[in-house]
Amino acid sequence: MVSLRQAQQVGLPFWRAQAHKETKPTHKVQAMTDKTKIAAQFIQAIPHANALGLQLTHIGHGEAEITMPYNEALIGDPKTGVIHGGAVSAMMDTCAGAAVMSHPAAPGGTATIDLRIDYMRAATPGQAITTKAECYHITRNVAFVRATATDEDTDRPVATASGAFTVEKR
Amino acid sequence: MARSKPELMQVVKQRRDATLNALVGGVPYIQFLDITFDRRGDELTGVLNFDDKLIGNPFLPAIHGGVTAAFLEVTAVISLSWSHLWPLIESGELSPEDIEAGNMPAFPKTIDLTVDYLRSGLPRDAYARAYISRAGRRYASVRVEAWQDNHDKLFAQASGHFLMPQLKTE
Repeated sequence: MVSLRQAQQVGLPFWRAQAHKETKPTHKVQAMTDKTKIAAQFIQAIPHANALGLQLTHIGHGEAEITMPYNEALIGDPKTGVIHGGAVSAMMDTCAGAAVMSHPAAPGGTATIDLRIDYMRAATPGQAITTKAECYHITRNVAFVRATATDEDTDRPVATASGAFTVEKR
Repeated sequence: MARSKPELMQVVKQRRDATLNALVGGVPYIQFLDITFDRRGDELTGVLNFDDKLIGNPFLPAIHGGVTAAFLEVTAVISLSWSHLWPLIESGELSPEDIEAGNMPAFPKTIDLTVDYLRSGLPRDAYARAYISRAGRRYASVRVEAWQDNHDKLFAQASGHFLMPQLKTE
């Protein structure tokens, strides 16, 4: 999501700002702990996530799911209308960060240390792309995440990603 | 031995710049992120023109890690494509009119990309340059570096593999 070093500052102003702010939960994001609620609000407050039209459809316990509707502005190959890999990367990075923040052992914010993305195939033009991310291990300092993106054909992945993220102290 | 007279500088420059503009301008996602390219001879520098919608963490603020990944990938693909097409541009086999007429050559396809986040991306313009480690017939290996104010202080670097398009002449 963001990068090292200064990222530690993420925690404070953000947690305080959310303390006296209530947003209306959608159906899918209901039975959530305070922390996952804050993570959900945080994702929705990211300007670039809005620019991409990202929708958080599930979050909690180190897992997150984000959908990106088909958008002609994100086309990478004008001949076929296929979405650019960069937009898929941005979505997978956001989803992986959300998974880290929703992990019960993560005290606060996070920042990407590294992210590897493998592209399996072109996403079908006209279809939304959905990423599922799982924070499968976390230590005091580092969180490990993997993510898979698919379109409507959920059996054949469009891309997979794996990365390491910082664990910011609260 | 008679040598043919070199072409006028303006003619050469016009052809190179027009081809580059046609190549870059044809991709909606590159326009969406507002990435442009500076050209010196055959050398390209990607420029990510800052805009608020590129923000990933509004509290720092910092550029979204996904935007950084996308910027590195776009720079790698355009630089690789440019070096691949360079002989055709110079020989006149590929003209900007061809590209504008819809005969756009296929771009290399990203197989994988690994991004290292070294520093927080500050809310200002960023630059990137790609180094082609190896360009084979089918596969290419590319390293990309991105910086902001100081070229020695990279804020991100990436390395990736690409599947090369097969030119008709081959």
